[in-house]
Formats: sequence, C-alpha cells, structure tokens
Amino acid sequence: MARAALLVLADGRFPAGGHAHSGGAEAAVKAGRITSAANLEDFCRGRLHTAGLVAGALAAAAVLGVDPGDLDAAADARTPSPALRTAARRLGRQLMRAARAGWPCDELDALARRFPKGAHQPVVLGLAARAAGLGPDDAAYCAAYESVSGPATAAVRLLSLDPFDATGVLARLAPELDRVAVTAVEAARRVPDEGVDALPAASGPLLEVGAEWHAAWPVRLFAS
Amino acid sequence: MHLDHTHSGPAALSADAHRPDGSHRALRIGLGGPVGSGKTATVAALCRALRDELSLAVVTNDIYTREDAEFLLREAVLPPERITAVETGACPHTAIRDDISANLEAVEDLEDAVGPLDLILVESGGDNLTATFSKGLVDAQIFVIDVAGGDDIPRKGGPGVTTADLLVVNKTDLAPYVGSDLARMAADAKDQRAELPVVFQSLRRERGVADVAAWVRERLAAWTA
Amino acid sequence: MTATGVRADARIVARADGRGGTALPVLDGDGPLALRRTRSAGCEARVMVVGAMSGPLGGDRFSLTASVTEGARLHVGSAAATLALPGQAKGEARYDVRLDVADDAELHWLPEQLISARGSDLHVTTRAELAAGARLVLREEQVLGRAGEEPGRLTSRLTVRIAGRAVLDQELACGPGAPGGWDGPAGLAGHRAVGQLVVVRPEFAGHPVEPQLLDECTALIPLAGPAALVSAVAPDALRLRRLLDASLASLDGRT
Repeated sequence: MARAALLVLADGRFPAGGHAHSGGAEAAVKAGRITSAANLEDFCRGRLHTAGLVAGALAAAAVLGVDPGDLDAAADARTPSPALRTAARRLGRQLMRAARAGWPCDELDALARRFPKGAHQPVVLGLAARAAGLGPDDAAYCAAYESVSGPATAAVRLLSLDPFDATGVLARLAPELDRVAVTAVEAARRVPDEGVDALPAASGPLLEVGAEWHAAWPVRLFAS
Repeated sequence: MHLDHTHSGPAALSADAHRPDGSHRALRIGLGGPVGSGKTATVAALCRALRDELSLAVVTNDIYTREDAEFLLREAVLPPERITAVETGACPHTAIRDDISANLEAVEDLEDAVGPLDLILVESGGDNLTATFSKGLVDAQIFVIDVAGGDDIPRKGGPGVTTADLLVVNKTDLAPYVGSDLARMAADAKDQRAELPVVFQSLRRERGVADVAAWVRERLAAWTA
Repeated sequence: MTATGVRADARIVARADGRGGTALPVLDGDGPLALRRTRSAGCEARVMVVGAMSGPLGGDRFSLTASVTEGARLHVGSAAATLALPGQAKGEARYDVRLDVADDAELHWLPEQLISARGSDLHVTTRAELAAGARLVLREEQVLGRAGEEPGRLTSRLTVRIAGRAVLDQELACGPGAPGGWDGPAGLAGHRAVGQLVVVRPEFAGHPVEPQLLDECTALIPLAGPAALVSAVAPDALRLRRLLDASLASLDGRT
C-alpha cells in the first residue's frame, strides 16, 4: 500500500462534501468573532485543539481496528449539538461514497450497510485510511488538518479574505497540528485497553452553540 | 452495477442505473444556466406539465441555501416531500460537477422516501456559463439562457451552451424590448451545437414549457426502453 | 496546609425510607467537604455541602460520591461557591465527583459556581452513571477568575451515561497553559462564565426536546439519548445563572 494515498485523502478536492461546510466559521463571522486573518487563526487554533483533536483520535482509533459502532457512539457523546451530529453523519456518508470508489473493500461496504445514513465523518475517515493501507498517525493528521482547512477556506469566501493570508494561517498552525496528531494517536492506542473513555473529549462551547444558531438561519451560505 | 436482485448491497456509488435492491432508478435531468435565466420557473412549469403522468421529484442547489426550494414549495408545484435542497457552500458549480456527493445523496434519499420515481430534476444554483453537470450525477442536462442576458451568448459558447443535451433560450417574449435578435441566436447556437437541439420558449405564452416537456418525455422513453 | 495537599472524601447514599420519603443512611464528609442535611421538601432529601475551609488548593484531592437508590429522591446543593486557589503543594488539585442514580430515582445536583482564581490549577471530573429509568438535573458553572482577575488553569470533564451508554462526554480546558485558542472565537471569546445544565428524563426517549436558542451564546439541545443539555457562555456568573435558571424553568414548563 502506498503512503501517498494520504495525499489523495487529504486533498481539498477529494469529493466528500467538505466544500459546503464552514466548520463553524460562518456563524463566527456573523457573530463578529472572525473579522481578519488574525482572529481566523485563533478560531482555527481553538478548533484544532478541540474538534480537531477529538476527530483525530476517533480516526486513529478506527485505523487501529476499534469497533466503528463504539467509536460512532463516542462521537455522538462528544458532539452535544444535534446540528453538528447531523453534519458529521452527512459528511461521513459522503466520504463513504468517495472512499468506496477509491479503496473498495468489504470493511467499508459493511460500514455503509451498518450506517446507511452515515457514521460520524472521522470514523469513516479512519476506516478509509485503513482501507488505503495508511496508519493511525496518517488518519489523525488528515482529520486534524481538515478541522482547520475547512474554516480557513470558508473564511476566504465569507470575508473575501486574502487567500494568501489564509494559507499563512494554516502554515503557522502546522507545528501545533503535529502535536495534536501525536496526542490523538496516543489516546487512540489506549482505547483497546481502556475503552473509548480514553479518547479526548475537548470541546469549544461556542462551536456547539454557534452551530445551533447557524442551523436556525433561514439563509446561509454553508451547511454547517 | 450489479444485477443480483437477491442481495441488497450498500448504496450505489454514483451513476449506476440500478438501485441497491436491483430496481431501475429514476432518470436524472440537470438544469443549469446563468442567474435569472429562468431555471426555477422552467422547473416549476415542467412539474406542472408532467406531474399527472409521471412520478417526479426535484433537487435544488442554491447559492443561498433553500431559496429555490422555497419558491417551488410556495408555488406548490409538487408535494413538499418531493423537493429537496442541497446546500452548496457558496460554490454551486462544485456541487454539481466536482463534488457531487451531496446531490447523489439527495437523489437517492428522494427515491428511498417517495419512490419509485420516473424522473428527478436537479436544478443547479445560478452560476456562470462554464457550469455543467457531472455525468456521475445526471443522465442528461438542459442549459437555460435567456434573451435578456444578451443575444451574443450562443456565439460566445462555453461548455453549457456547447455541450448541453438541450439548450433552452428563455423569455423570447422579451426579445423586442431588449433588442435581441432571435434568428441570430438560433444561427449561432446551430454553429456551436451542430445537431444538438435548441428550444426557444416563453413561459408567458400559451405553448409555455411544452417543447421542453416533450424532449423530457423522449429522454424518459429512451431511458426506460 | 501540608506540602502534599489535603485529601477529602465525602459520601452520600440516599434510599427510599418506605414511607414515601428519602433516608440518608450514609452522609460522610468533613473539612472542606462537610455535609449537612437540611429540611426536606416533600419526598426529597436535601443535602448541603458546607466547605469548612476554602479549597481546593494545589495538590489537594477531593472526591465526592452520591448514590441514589431505587425510589429515592436527593437534592444536593452547596452553601457557597467553590474557589480553586493556588497552594504551596506542587501539582494540580483534583476534584472528582461520582453520581449514581438508579431506576425510578432522582438526583438534583445543583452546586454553586466553581471559581478558578489566578494561579490555581484544578482538574475536575464529574461522572454521572444513570439507570435507564433514572432522572437527573445537573448544573455545573465555571467562572474564570474573581472579579477582574485573570483565571487560573481549569480542566473540567463531564460525562453522563445512561444504561451504560455515554450521552455526553465533554471537556472544557481554559486558563494559562490550556491548549491554544481556548479564549478565542471557537472557545470562550472573552466570556468569563460557562455553564452546563444536563436534564435526563426517561420520557425524552419518546419526546426529545426541540433545539432552542435562548440567546446567541446559549442553546437547549437534545443529546443522543433521553437527555437534554443547556450549554451557555456568558460574560459573568450572574448572567450565566439567569440563563440556566430560565432554561430549567422552560423545561419544567414543558411537561
């Protein structure tokens, strides 16, 4: 199996639905909390250490062979916002389609049958990485990166932000992304012995509440 | 595609002509074109023309989410459960061409929820002249332009005008008021499209959407043959 | 104060007394976690945590367990806010709360705020284990710093399980040394009070609450199970309490 499969999976053009989601950036922009590259960076940093860490650990645990049903339930408990649970399942279902096209295998087919309306996206991401022959660290990197690349891209569209500034934000977060991926994998490796409670549960209060606020808008650009 | 009717597999990947239970899926026709050219009005007129003879449903792709879907709901062209809105994250062309996953879910869910369906119309959000539908999403596509957008659009071409299975030049009743030359538009379209069909329509006149509806019936006959 | 910190453990067991009331066969606690039984209200037993000294300080280890057995109803409050302060002992302070609620039992866990004072380092875990037929109202409020003060470091993990399945598992980390972005637009965005109100009722299984926004920073949401959460972020403790009280009142008015 080829390590370069990680590039395919992490590519922003991978057709798995991410382009329609802002990762909470649209709500934060409307609330006046993201106005510039500087507070976009702070937003992304906060998301990386909360949603990104949790997603990375879930994905890594899925690569390690932890039961996807247990991981999906753990993701539910770590996602209080029903709007975010719905978004995560929709994205999981969309990713499943792309993953089955890219790396067809029985394990992905079985998950698609078990969760016809979608499992949480990081769980599917982990199984996709596993199907592609990638390791838990690869999956954690991919999930953690998506947690910041989505809002950064959305902010460019929402604020007409200079795309070079947004790219600079992502580049500056890279060292922290490394550390989050390491922490996520360490937690995932404890799951076989300690159960899913060993997974991190870091949360950003305004991400959850903001997602509910956003879901209630009659007019918006992004699905979440 | 698999034809094993006894085995219910996971959902189809994209354009498979059969559903997981082995049944033949609905024909999917995409409607694209620039903002304000009359896509939603054409979809509404098609629904009224075809709803008594066919089981049909609509997927809309809005720039601002749900606006077109809400227009169709207000106009009551179909029962609400037959209309689904896909949210496109400010990039409607991405949702119909580069990443069709959300639209595929929408069409599959409609078939599961209100099927069996004969026809699903997938309307793109108003976009530019380069927006076309992926073959993984639709079986045929209609590109809708209008005379008020400038009578040089057929001459300028672009993937929508050139390659769509049907080109609709809409709002012909406005031609005298905006100084558009219909004969020139027809000749330019012929140059760009060779044998591919073109329909000139005005939804305000009696004939309305009849020509487009007739074309849809032909495509459906070929699909189910 | 010792260099190794204080250890305090408190234990409450509530049991139906067979006459429609609730008895407290176990009510153990002293020092910072002294417990008092107060006047009962109807069939419910009421307990107040009356800290005899401030705490927890660095290196302290507090634990409190409450167990409500079948048919019993228990209400636990506290006499004053809990103030996390820096101590002479090295390392973080820990405060672990474990709540068990049986079928047909009810627990109201409504302590006063936890205030994270400058220089403190406290790790709190609250773990509620409920039977399928249990009822719970649980409120947690974290206040970052006394008036005008920088906060200390606070990590607070809240886990609620119903019939063995986690319906809520979330951790809040804030203050100096917390992972980056905690006070940014995805975290608290400058707010200094954050709270959670968890309500578990078996009837939510068939009739979950509708998501409801109480203000731009407060939402009532159905969890993935027979439970609802009010998640609130507010500028200060007073406004936070008002939001949570209003949410609970609207939930009570619902049934």
